[in-house]
Amino acid sequence: MSAKKEFNVKWGMAIDLDKCTGCGACMVACQAENNLAPVADASNKLRVMNWLVVFELSNNKEFPDHEVAYLPRPCQQCAEQPCATVCPVVATERNEEGGIVSQIYPRCIGCRYCMAACPYHARYFNWFDPVWPKGMEKALTPDVSVRPRGVVEKCTFCHHRYMMAKDKLRAQGKNIFVKGEKRGTKHSAIAEGDYVTSCAEACPNGAIVFGDLNNPAHRVYQLTHDNPNAFRLLERLGTDTAVYYISSREWVRRLGDNYLKDEITQKPEKILPKKH
Amino acid sequence: MEMNYNRPIDAALFPDGCERGSLTKFLLWLGGVSVVLLLGLYAAFLVLSRGLGVTGLDDYFGFGLWITFDLGVIALGAGAFFTGLLRYILNIDPLKNIINLAVIVGFICYTGAMLVLLLDIGQPIRSWFGLWHPNVHSMLTEVIFCISCYCLVLIIEYIPLILEQKQINKNRLAHHIAHNLHLMMPLFAGIGAFLSTFHQGSLGGMYGVLFGRPYAFRDGFFIWPWTFFLFVLSAAASGPMLTVLIATLMEKMTGKKLVSFDIKALMGKIAGTMLLVYLVFKFMDTLAWINSVAPRSGLTFDQFFHGWIYGKWLLFTELVLCGVLPCVILLYKPLRDNPTLLYLAGILDCAGILINRYVMTVQTLAFPSLPFDKWALYCPNWVEWAACGFVFAYGAILLSISHRYLPIFPQERYLNGGCCAGGAKH
Repeated sequence: MSAKKEFNVKWGMAIDLDKCTGCGACMVACQAENNLAPVADASNKLRVMNWLVVFELSNNKEFPDHEVAYLPRPCQQCAEQPCATVCPVVATERNEEGGIVSQIYPRCIGCRYCMAACPYHARYFNWFDPVWPKGMEKALTPDVSVRPRGVVEKCTFCHHRYMMAKDKLRAQGKNIFVKGEKRGTKHSAIAEGDYVTSCAEACPNGAIVFGDLNNPAHRVYQLTHDNPNAFRLLERLGTDTAVYYISSREWVRRLGDNYLKDEITQKPEKILPKKH
Repeated sequence: MEMNYNRPIDAALFPDGCERGSLTKFLLWLGGVSVVLLLGLYAAFLVLSRGLGVTGLDDYFGFGLWITFDLGVIALGAGAFFTGLLRYILNIDPLKNIINLAVIVGFICYTGAMLVLLLDIGQPIRSWFGLWHPNVHSMLTEVIFCISCYCLVLIIEYIPLILEQKQINKNRLAHHIAHNLHLMMPLFAGIGAFLSTFHQGSLGGMYGVLFGRPYAFRDGFFIWPWTFFLFVLSAAASGPMLTVLIATLMEKMTGKKLVSFDIKALMGKIAGTMLLVYLVFKFMDTLAWINSVAPRSGLTFDQFFHGWIYGKWLLFTELVLCGVLPCVILLYKPLRDNPTLLYLAGILDCAGILINRYVMTVQTLAFPSLPFDKWALYCPNWVEWAACGFVFAYGAILLSISHRYLPIFPQERYLNGGCCAGGAKH
């Protein structure tokens, strides 16, 4: 595994699972924004292109104790990527200020090793050439390249929007970065809200909050720091993801990772006291 | 020269002192096998023209039958490098009687795997990117480099066999090239052993480094996970036995003795020794996996298995039925000297390694890495099977032609009542 890269800016998400109703607006917005072609036969869900998928979680209890939660899963933009380290042709890497894991379509050879490596199933393969129903091609986002068959793709945190936000600053003659409060730190000069992913924008309940995880002024920072209800998926793998989930329900937080029976949720290194 | 019209029409091409069946029968056999070859070609056409959507693969099973097949044939094709190492570097002379077959089987396995890989990657036109834009952190990069280079080594090892064909060898240039390549063979055997060790290992390393997949993830030594070493050892333990099994199958099909039994038993003893070394480390690795990797990942041993299709019987079959049992047969002389038991041990040995490659590929991906996900099911479709069938057919055709026209079995002449004891020139 290569050394972890730290950046001044770390774009990330906080997704409040207590607010998510599983409506799927985030999935639709993502598909439309990022030019994901509809699949002719969507009956096989493992062949449908969705950069963001909403999983249904259950506490597996009988009525009246039965509860469900919905968990939107974009690419987790890991700082320790299981995927980028294994790619044989450097078609994916985390090498840009902001910490977004790139996917370089013209470089990808389609070996799918990254898909085998990603425990979040965040990577998708173009099994066929993308086809849009007649007329729909007019609604494609001009800033997002379409992908041919035979390459892997994934959520990019709407990277084109990041580019546009930076272009806006440049057009105004402003710097891209500003000095942070802490000595030696820098923050993005992009104002909070000027760069937001399409899923966060589309969520009707405001369950998805997007921003800089390193900037104390951003809401995403406040929601994820010192919040006992915040957790990340499969944290004990050490992937150091940029997507946080929030839930006040312990069973939901426990489903965020694998735990041995007697381990304490979010603190697997601690063991529950034995009952006497 | 007086012609013997009772011999097949292509008799002038046969190796010296060796008889072959009629050409008609031979062509009928090739024609039958070609049906499988053509079906594979059609499958390849579908994949290349329409995309990988025509296979049974999906976003959970990016790797499936083809990768299992590739890993399997590359492991079983290790007979070429390992026998070459023993014959040319360690000077175990009797192996000269089977080394030619080992080289051809290795050539078929590696070129076959590369053909399937060409279909398996989504952008075959970009396959050279692995050499041009390498990611030095990726085990797959090393596999791409080493397999490409080792294929060249196998071609160089195969060329003298072709040039030794009776009629071609009459050409002075061909004769001298073959002779000089034979003299240089220890060098190529050494290069082959080096390259093979690394790519067999890297194929194992490919899985061992998947820290997001606890079924496959392993700790290791320096940059190499334990699977790196296990794949090298298991390939050396099974490759020689595939060569023995193929020699025996060819004997059954042609009705001729091609390799004496003592050579086969020697190969069995070598494979058994390697299998023993492999099993010791494999059992240690399995224990470390159960007691270290699993609890660290918040998982128990039981959670790695599911239902019948991903059941514990696979682990038992791999390690005991197809591991310990063939190891005992191959190492205990009275058992090894019984042909039926030797061949049975060979089949079990190869099957165990294939199961290992299968579970490392498919079960690794089927295991629900997200706690709220379910076990996934993978079923390869006819396109994937047909592409694998293509490699079998291609191998059968190449072996048939090689056997009919090339002097690959030095012992054949005297084992079948020829005038003099055979022996390889090299």
